[in-house]
Amino acid sequence: MKRWLRFISHRLVYMVTTLWVIVTITFFLMNLLPGTPYNNRDKLSPAQLQVLDEKYGLSEPLFTRYTTYINNILHGDFGISLQFSDQKVTTLLGSRIGVSIQLGLQAVIFGTLIGIILGIIAAMKHNTWIDTFCSLFAIVGRSAPNFVVAVLLQYIFAVSLSLLPIGLWKDGFSSSILPTLALSISPMADTSRFIRTEMIEVLGSDYIELARAKGMSELRLVLTHGLRNALIPMVTIIGPLTVSLITGSMVVENIFAIPGIGEQFTKSVLSNDYSTIMAVTILFSTLLVIVIFLMDVLYQLIDPRIRVGQKT
Amino acid sequence: MSNIQLDVKNLSVSFSTQAGKVHAVRDVSFSLHKGETLAIVGESGSGKTVTCRTLMRLLSKNASIDAGEILLEGTDILKVSERNMRHIRGNDIAMVFQDPMTSLDPTMKIGRQIEEVITLHRKVKRKEARKRMLELLQLVGIEDPRRRSRQYPHEFSGGQRQRIVISIVLACNPKVLIADEPTTALDVTMQAQIIDLLKSLQKKINTSIIFITHDLGVVANVADRVAVMYAGKIIEIGRADEIFYDPRHPYTWGLLNSMPTLDTSAPSLYTIPGAPPNLLKPPTGDAFAPRNEYALAVDELYEPPMFQISDTHYAATWLLDARAPKVNPPAVLNKRREEFIKRSGLYAES
Repeated sequence: MKRWLRFISHRLVYMVTTLWVIVTITFFLMNLLPGTPYNNRDKLSPAQLQVLDEKYGLSEPLFTRYTTYINNILHGDFGISLQFSDQKVTTLLGSRIGVSIQLGLQAVIFGTLIGIILGIIAAMKHNTWIDTFCSLFAIVGRSAPNFVVAVLLQYIFAVSLSLLPIGLWKDGFSSSILPTLALSISPMADTSRFIRTEMIEVLGSDYIELARAKGMSELRLVLTHGLRNALIPMVTIIGPLTVSLITGSMVVENIFAIPGIGEQFTKSVLSNDYSTIMAVTILFSTLLVIVIFLMDVLYQLIDPRIRVGQKT
Repeated sequence: MSNIQLDVKNLSVSFSTQAGKVHAVRDVSFSLHKGETLAIVGESGSGKTVTCRTLMRLLSKNASIDAGEILLEGTDILKVSERNMRHIRGNDIAMVFQDPMTSLDPTMKIGRQIEEVITLHRKVKRKEARKRMLELLQLVGIEDPRRRSRQYPHEFSGGQRQRIVISIVLACNPKVLIADEPTTALDVTMQAQIIDLLKSLQKKINTSIIFITHDLGVVANVADRVAVMYAGKIIEIGRADEIFYDPRHPYTWGLLNSMPTLDTSAPSLYTIPGAPPNLLKPPTGDAFAPRNEYALAVDELYEPPMFQISDTHYAATWLLDARAPKVNPPAVLNKRREEFIKRSGLYAES
């Protein structure tokens, strides 16, 4: 238990430092963006500009604004959206985050699950037409950008077949099917390639040979001995996969007009909505840092050889 | 006849590769008696391992069994369905592999890896399997089995891991145990312990063992009978004392001669000149002829049949033909013999 406490406290320090660096860099970079939060700045008189700048706290020098901002977020205040001036950023994002999380989770779970199954099948049917078919699917899935897949799916299932809604988030689960599919194709392809390679290696190992010599059926030994060993290295790629889904969802959310965080983020960048950009960046990076932390914990639970500080 | 546990008749196995068909095992016949230990010796690539994997029907996909039968108490296991073969594997015929460091699943507690084979072949409850598992660990000499069974393979040494593997393969009291160089990856003191363990367990459950090895010192200690393989064929087979005291095949002479011992006084170690033949195109005559200093003209043309020397001793060399010139084995072998007897004392049961 003690080693876990030490492990977790170490990691917490790293996580907070990482977040601070990200916040700082984004804050200064964002202020280098061309343009201002105001529409038609040229039509405003200097006096009007000054009033507005003071209202939104933009008249202070950049560094003062930075320290105020850090102070504010430490107190849980992420400010008011510059785009929707009566809305707090937290409420604005809070109403959208559920949608993005649902979409992201559905895509991760569906993508990796199907990917793992395809990978196992390809490995067990190594060098047959089934294996070739799975490889082909993986190459296409990996190389086609998800916005292309999204549009194709819309065309096939919404336009031609009229089976599913083309966009928006109005029909509950059925409107989440196409965006989930579009988002999950690439992680599915990645996972299947990865699991196939790992599984082929594991299936050639001595302990699988011993399991065969025990009289175990091929399917059973794949599921009891093969999968667990093949999944260990998979933990390392799940982190980056999740990130790609978070960033990927920006485009996909736009294509399907889904009211999620990604769609809001693109709007905010286009209108120089400083406080929202910052909040979304912090949200995404916090998610990422937590995901990476969870992966490290998972790694140790799954592989007994790398338990923290354990004596061998 | 009822004394015969396993009867291998005219077995031929080949592998199709891009270069062509490799004839790895060529017309091999031998039988294994109940409770005896048969050692198969020979250099790398002589077909020892392929022969034994065929007994388990654990060959790679590009292998084909071209001819022969393998009778396990009268049933040809080459004709059994894959489903029934799974019942034979681990239950009737079990196998220990060379490297104990990689033979156990690193992510599974060793207790479960042992229970697995029990529940696979016996209709027992988890609790009974667990009880049997603890007994087995005790039997192979793992102390504090209750605690140790909850540990993972990386928490054990190489010798302990091989003990665990042995407890897995012996869990169902197999009729035949194939040990494919079980001590090669271990240090010498550990080798002696593992061999003693195998010998004492063999007595307890009365299993027959096929022991594949390079180490003639080990052979002298464990084997009742010895089969010498060369280029996919058994070229000499006999009781251990016959092979050691009265070897007839020039290859066996060379093999015995090239074993280094602690008190070898010669300035350099003896080696058999040349390399084994390419089994893509097995030679027409005696496969060993090109490396054989005693080779006769007939060796190039015709393959020697198995000549019977005694009821139990056979060798495939034209030197045993009545028309062949009388050739005596190299004198140095006599001295070697003494050394082997001394060396085998290293493995004697205390």
